Amino acid sequence: MRRIRVAQALSALALIAMAGAAFAIGSSPVTTGPHDVLAPAGVQADRIGQLWNVFLGVCTLVTLAVFAVFALALWRTPRATGETPADLSSLGRHESGPYRTVVGAVAVSIALLLVLLAASVWTDRALARMALADALSIQVVGHQWWWEARYGPAANEPMSDQFVTANELHVPVGRPVIVTLTGADVIHSLWVPSLAGKKDLIPGRTSKLQFRADHPGVYRGQCAEFCGFQHAYMGFQVFADAPADYAAWEARQRQEAAAPAGAALQRGEQVFLGSTCIMCHTVNGTTAQANFGPDLTHVGGRTTLAAGMLRNTPQDLKRWIRDPQKIKPGTSMPASTLPDADLDALVAWLGSLR
Amino acid sequence: MSTSAIGGGAARPAGTTREASMQRRTEGQQAVRRVGAALDVAALPSVGFSHRSLMWWGTLGLMAIEGTAFALAIAIYFFFQVHAERWPYTTPPPALVWGTLNTVILIVSMLPNHLAKRAAERYDRRGVWMWLGLCLLLALLFLGVRWLEFSALNVRWDTDAYGSIVWTLLGLHTVHLVTDTWDSAVLEALFFTGPLEGRRYVDVSENAMYWYFVVWSWLPIYAVVYLAPR
Amino acid sequence: MSDVAPAASPMLNSVPPTSGQAAALERTWRDPPGLLGWISAVNHKTIGKRFISTAFAFFIAGGLFALAMRLQLAKPENGLMGPDLYNQLFTMHGSTMMFLFAVPVMQAVAVYLLPLMLGTRSVAFPRMNAFAYWIYLFGGLMLMTAFALDIGPDVGWFAYVPLSGPDYSPGKRADFWAQLITFTELSGLLEAIVIVTTVFKLRAPGMTLNRIPLFAWTMVVTAFMVMFAMPSVMLASTALIMDRLVGTHFYNPAEGGDVILWQHLFWFFGHPEVYFIFLPGLGFLSSIIPTFARRPIYGYTAMVLSVIATGFLSFGLWVHHMFATNLPDLGKSFFTAASLMIAIPSAVQIFCWLATLWTGRLRFRTPLYFALAFFVILVIGGMSGLMLASVPLDVQVHDTYFVVAHLHYVLLGGAVFPLFGAIYYWYPKFTGRLMGERLGRWNFWLFFIGFNVAFFPMHLLGLHGMPRRVYTYGAEMGWGTLNAVSTFGALLIAASVLCFLYNAWHSRSHGAVAGPNPWGGGTLEWATASPPPACNFEAIPVVHGRDPVWEAGAEPTHVAGLSVESREALVTTVLDAHPDKREAFPNPTPWPFVSAVATAVFFIGSIFTPWAVVWGTIPIGIATTIWFWPKRRETAAHLALERAP
Repeated sequence: MRRIRVAQALSALALIAMAGAAFAIGSSPVTTGPHDVLAPAGVQADRIGQLWNVFLGVCTLVTLAVFAVFALALWRTPRATGETPADLSSLGRHESGPYRTVVGAVAVSIALLLVLLAASVWTDRALARMALADALSIQVVGHQWWWEARYGPAANEPMSDQFVTANELHVPVGRPVIVTLTGADVIHSLWVPSLAGKKDLIPGRTSKLQFRADHPGVYRGQCAEFCGFQHAYMGFQVFADAPADYAAWEARQRQEAAAPAGAALQRGEQVFLGSTCIMCHTVNGTTAQANFGPDLTHVGGRTTLAAGMLRNTPQDLKRWIRDPQKIKPGTSMPASTLPDADLDALVAWLGSLR
Repeated sequence: MSTSAIGGGAARPAGTTREASMQRRTEGQQAVRRVGAALDVAALPSVGFSHRSLMWWGTLGLMAIEGTAFALAIAIYFFFQVHAERWPYTTPPPALVWGTLNTVILIVSMLPNHLAKRAAERYDRRGVWMWLGLCLLLALLFLGVRWLEFSALNVRWDTDAYGSIVWTLLGLHTVHLVTDTWDSAVLEALFFTGPLEGRRYVDVSENAMYWYFVVWSWLPIYAVVYLAPR
Repeated sequence: MSDVAPAASPMLNSVPPTSGQAAALERTWRDPPGLLGWISAVNHKTIGKRFISTAFAFFIAGGLFALAMRLQLAKPENGLMGPDLYNQLFTMHGSTMMFLFAVPVMQAVAVYLLPLMLGTRSVAFPRMNAFAYWIYLFGGLMLMTAFALDIGPDVGWFAYVPLSGPDYSPGKRADFWAQLITFTELSGLLEAIVIVTTVFKLRAPGMTLNRIPLFAWTMVVTAFMVMFAMPSVMLASTALIMDRLVGTHFYNPAEGGDVILWQHLFWFFGHPEVYFIFLPGLGFLSSIIPTFARRPIYGYTAMVLSVIATGFLSFGLWVHHMFATNLPDLGKSFFTAASLMIAIPSAVQIFCWLATLWTGRLRFRTPLYFALAFFVILVIGGMSGLMLASVPLDVQVHDTYFVVAHLHYVLLGGAVFPLFGAIYYWYPKFTGRLMGERLGRWNFWLFFIGFNVAFFPMHLLGLHGMPRRVYTYGAEMGWGTLNAVSTFGALLIAASVLCFLYNAWHSRSHGAVAGPNPWGGGTLEWATASPPPACNFEAIPVVHGRDPVWEAGAEPTHVAGLSVESREALVTTVLDAHPDKREAFPNPTPWPFVSAVATAVFFIGSIFTPWAVVWGTIPIGIATTIWFWPKRRETAAHLALERAP
């Protein structure tokens, strides 16, 4: 009997410790990684974080209350043996003690559920009513296994070009962003936990996600709907830039690729235009205008490759072009048969496209 | 009571009025006798129709399942229609003639179906054989016309989503019709050859109930397939 | 004119039955010998035991799939396996556990126990019951074979389109998944009909509807839910097979189809499905707790109403699986309210059980331990469920390990732990021997601790951003430690299952011999021998209360007058269980097995060609007709007992 009580007590303590850890992490403001529900950096994620605290508080209290009653029942109830007969005294008799307790507990439960419902609906409305004045609109299309981001014409210059980038969004800090989402092949889900909840990209439908980054930084996101082979490696980044930095970035993106300076870079461009690359990729300012794969006009300026899988260094870019299947098996891009010197020139030229 | 009366096919009058059923209930309860610590059920009947038979409950369960499937298929139809700009998308609606003819055939078949059920509840072997046979003929006629219905749908199942759901709705109902026709044919053969016992008459009665379901479930499907796109 | 001569006047049972009658009953109801006998068996206990063992075999398979996944995820960028195998593993784990274990095992236990609990000799439609078992087995074998041949499905147990559609899942993998649905749903639907008819019409006299055991209530409510929910997934998977095989456009947006239609149809089934698993678990608790608290359950009526309310409400929650889609916000809020509301009947039940424990006298044995685990694990799972019910919270943690944690807490806490308790509880009834108590404690603690170590960290992983269904993750994400802890927990669970298997096997021959009622339970299954005779009860009991074994004494005590030489049981009225009819039950027959083989050929063939749908119906038609066609000898035996009303 004592062993049972000790074991019960230990497991109760272990559970409380775990719950406490959850609570501690739940309420800590410290960023534990670049990609975290509990490290909000934007108004939407912030509001959800507050709702999380309400739910965590209420649920922990209820859980501890139930555990306490449960443990107390096991502790104080007299023991029976194999010979103890069943007690039928409750038949045909109204048990007023348990009745009042159960009715009371149900009433409290209903009240708490209503509180949670109200908090949830309140937050839902707040999320839907985010101020959208002067919002930046981006269109994101989900592909197996990369993200296409299309920015429209500049707000003050309706005749300016739109531009397309991949796997990396830049947004100005403090300005609302409306992202229109659709899937090109299968269902994907755009999720940047530090900024907002997720939204599915569904073929045949468009949906919208609204968020605002309130602190400058780089926020990681990942596809959150199983989309096939390389679902695990469909990440992306959101750069929240100071408004001036964002404007500069946007202006650069609108330009065509700079003409290659010097023989080495020209050779790289020649290699690009003479190989199978142009069957899938666009580089504005050249004749390459296919859009089966990511737009490479400003690929040199991105920090990662292959949807967040590789750092954008010359070595990794070369490895990737040489044999994408070895790094991300199943991806649509085939291996390259370019001789080494050509490949180096190509990598250098791509790196110059900032 | 003669133990072979039912297998022998002798006609017995069966009361279907409320008084008769209550009388049966009292008789049934009287048929159960207290003998000391025992409840003696030897005198209880071994045949019962409607909700007294297990087959009735099984048939009802089948109706619930298939009714749900039909309801969901109809929901899919309207789900597509609500999202469509034009309905049907590019093809004309199904021609009315064969579907309407089949609806008439089905409704007409309810009469021999009803008579077969009544005959079964009277243990009237000849009556069952006659009316079930007529029902079976009408079912076969229906299946023939159903073939014409499919070809008059004016759309293929792989044309678009409208074609897919219309073929599925008609196909689901056809499957039920084929299985019930086969059931009826087997019972018809059995009533010709034997061996028979009371339970086989209950099977005919439940088969008739299922036929009602096949007819009644057709009416909303007919409305959806033939009238909704107009 | 009778064309069959009735047999000589048969023996009927008396009260108490003579040994000659008992011997005759045993001959009448037992399975025939040999291989032919093995495939011809229709006795519900035989089918029930086969069903339970098969379901547990699938449980082990599903567990091994999960263990492999956990080993791969134990460290970042682990090279144990690539995405192809991993994606197949999580598809197989989910599909096996949900379709081949969790739902069928509950129906299997019901098939064994309900006639014993209700005081009758058989389930309704015993041949259809056997057919349902074979169909389930063949479907599971098909799936396992496909996996073994490296053509197993890899689109998740929920197989969202367009990923599972013809364009993005070439080959037959997704078709095996879709056809698994057809097999298991057919089996489940037929079992539902068996269960409803058995509970409503085959009870001991005096067992009015408000005296039936709570386990019977949960099974009958579950069966009704099955009948209204399973058609949805059957339609969905059939439409998927048609899209893949014959070019229909249900899910093709380019031709008017809709990708979201799949989600609606799947989850309209999928949400009630988790309650098919949960409600019987509640039934187990309501069986175990009164026995080990030595008192009738507190609040029987409230418990029944809660089960019924849960059943109804569960049909109104399905959109909470779709909160991240572009459905209208107002609609989503409705589903938040419904998803929160369903906690109320569950809360009522928890409070009633706590009241029973509080006011009883407790005997701590292994079955009770497993039942008590519910109050820790399910409560935590319920809390994470409330969080997921809220749209704003859900759009953050949907499709992350937070959901994986939640679903395992509710499924294992609400169903699997109670199931293990049920196995320890009823094992002596099935086999005549008790399972080892010491080994049972080891089993329990390894499972309880292992479970929490494996799954609690997943709440944190989800909050720290780890999505589901990823075959690996980067070292820089910081998820490595929690994943390693979780894998360690999985190994503890594996150890506990090994403990259980050894205990179950060893106890067959070395367990303490159990009499009819080793635990002192109150329901009717404890009023007969362990294991029960082939006929369940030599004389059907007459019941005067909810716990007939505890409330024994009133007269009449038993039923006399049923045949001992022919399979005969008593049909009673639905509400008041008045004796209404004597029903002849079928003898063993191999035709359900043959029909199941024909049906399996039909289903598997139609994966490869639509013509199988046409040609495949012929063997099915022949087999089922022979199944139905009455045999002269059997008819003669029935006629000897026949009485018209």
